[in-house]
Amino acid sequence: MSRAFEFLLRRRGGTGLHWTDVFTYFWLVGGFVLMLGPALWLVNSSFKTPAALAEFPPSILPYVTAETVVQGYDKPLPLYRVTDKETGEERVLAEVRRIGIMGQMVDPKNPGEIVKVNIQDRTPVRSVSFDTENYTKPFTAFDFPLYLRNSVFVTVVATLITLLTNSMAAFALSKYNFTGRSAVMFLIVATLMVPLSVILVPLYSVISAMGLFNSLWGVILPTVATPTGVFMLRQYMLTIPDELLDAARMDKASEWQIYWRIVLPLTAPALAVLAIFSVVWRWNDFLWPLIVLSRKEVYTLQVGLATYAGELNVQWHFILAMTVVTMIPVVLVFVFLQRFITTGIAGSGLK
Amino acid sequence: MAGTSSLASAVGTALAVPFSWLARIIDVPLRAWQRLTGYNGMAVFFLAPNMLIFGIFVLFPLVINFAYSMTGGGALFLSDRTYVGAEQYQRLFDCSNYLDPRSCTEDMFWTAVRNTTIFVVLQVALMIGVALITALVLNRDLRARSFWRAVFFFPVLLSPVVVGLIWRWILQRQGLLNYMIFELGFDPVNWLVERNWAFAAAIGVSVWAHVGFYALILLAGLQAIPKDLYEAAEMDGTRPARVFWRITLPLLAPNLLVVLVLTLIRSVQIFDEVYVLTGGGPGTSTLFLTQYIYEIGFASLLRNPGLAAAASILMGTVLVVLTLLQLGLARRNETKDKR
Repeated sequence: MSRAFEFLLRRRGGTGLHWTDVFTYFWLVGGFVLMLGPALWLVNSSFKTPAALAEFPPSILPYVTAETVVQGYDKPLPLYRVTDKETGEERVLAEVRRIGIMGQMVDPKNPGEIVKVNIQDRTPVRSVSFDTENYTKPFTAFDFPLYLRNSVFVTVVATLITLLTNSMAAFALSKYNFTGRSAVMFLIVATLMVPLSVILVPLYSVISAMGLFNSLWGVILPTVATPTGVFMLRQYMLTIPDELLDAARMDKASEWQIYWRIVLPLTAPALAVLAIFSVVWRWNDFLWPLIVLSRKEVYTLQVGLATYAGELNVQWHFILAMTVVTMIPVVLVFVFLQRFITTGIAGSGLK
Repeated sequence: MAGTSSLASAVGTALAVPFSWLARIIDVPLRAWQRLTGYNGMAVFFLAPNMLIFGIFVLFPLVINFAYSMTGGGALFLSDRTYVGAEQYQRLFDCSNYLDPRSCTEDMFWTAVRNTTIFVVLQVALMIGVALITALVLNRDLRARSFWRAVFFFPVLLSPVVVGLIWRWILQRQGLLNYMIFELGFDPVNWLVERNWAFAAAIGVSVWAHVGFYALILLAGLQAIPKDLYEAAEMDGTRPARVFWRITLPLLAPNLLVVLVLTLIRSVQIFDEVYVLTGGGPGTSTLFLTQYIYEIGFASLLRNPGLAAAASILMGTVLVVLTLLQLGLARRNETKDKR
């Protein structure tokens, strides 16, 4: 272990430990625990049964109390390990019921005779078991698959429209000289200042007037014309030499062909970054879907999850599992595409 | 690596087939259009979809927001609403003592304003402090720097709902944090039920969720500082603290200013993760401006769209000032770079 840290923290040419080295070590290890710990704890908890979740102190691993079916009893009975005080012999008994501090127990092999045991003298038979029911049940019993489908639809469609409309606008703003171009640029800059949270009321009335209330299109359309996307793509397209376009015009290519066959493929890296951001944005959207969607059938995952978690008698075992499922796409994006995102942010400060 | 990229390109090509057919079909009418209008007419065509969506869903609402703020009643559409002039603003500002929300007609609004102000000050200070330390640590000669950077960046991508639920689970009465505190010999705290702790939790959780983003911007700034400055300082035997105050901090100042303004802008609008974490409670102790607008405009029984619009315009004004500040700073940095 210490060698692993040494490997991770070794400094080039450095000998001896300065206090800043100690602090670096402290900050990194502390950060590791604090940043990843909560999410890992959530994933871990999501495999526990409701009984295990209610335990305090919580156990690290998801334990399940073993149960067995005993002849003469309808329900499966929990198993306990009981040590006989006189003989010191250890037996496994099933508890029928508990009265005060005494448990009435039977031997599963010999169910006739009832043994009374002080609850202090028994320990539950437990084994590590991952409760996958937390995951399978929401898929069959709740609207969860519906929420998932809605979220996927919103994310995919909104990202495709964003890429198309933003790249077309960026193409016009970077490769044409027309009157009013600077006015359009100014308008786009100006609305960078207007986050959605400032125009909630009028936007809601526009959506309602168009009949898009309680429709997934009402969630998609207001978010697709992102000024940041137009900006980013325009900056990138400015680096494509105009001579390339002129050469294509000589060969009788139409403007649409120039956009589709030449400029768009050359903008692929920037489009990829915008696509990643758009997917994460739309998947994570909360406030606007919360306002537009009021019927369960059209909820996205985020709205469905928040609403479900806000209800009385919170069923944590389901919520934890659904939260993990909601997290999965973003974690995948993070693991595989992190490099694009970090360079994208460091380069443009966009989020 | 080569295998995955060729697979990706194969999938990409397969997905592109219907699109390329579509593109070819679109090309036919577009050529006719181009013959009619010339190159610049095509610019209008390329701009149209984006600007149309933009106009309908951003510009138009922005303009009628002012009209909304001057009308009263509960009706949704502007045509059904009655003009009341500045009444909504008067109502928001009707206060005998601005520091005491209870003395105001709209006590919720002033509670939200007060909460948001305290939140912004504390959260921005904590955010910048933690982001700066993280960036400095990550800028050292580390093995596996990209791994450590990823560790701090990880929560940035999580959705606010997920962030809120993760922490609700940890901060609940029988949660992990209380267990650890109990093990250390202290009394468990009911984090999300006690007013001040809930407020502190809102600050801590929002810093946790976003600090990686700002650390990344600051790290990029640190890495842009020329190495020879540090080498020269080392030659002169300058003490590390002095190097920090005289080289690192002044050269990082432009990035720090950008981060300051960005955190301010986002902090003023804080909503989702806190809404999921505490729901604005206990009582109104974590009620912030965006939630107030949401509650008044949409969620409460006595909906008042005009009042919500007026409050949102006030918040928007603050944001415009902050954004102008940011754009001004960005421009100043640009001209400085060119010199």
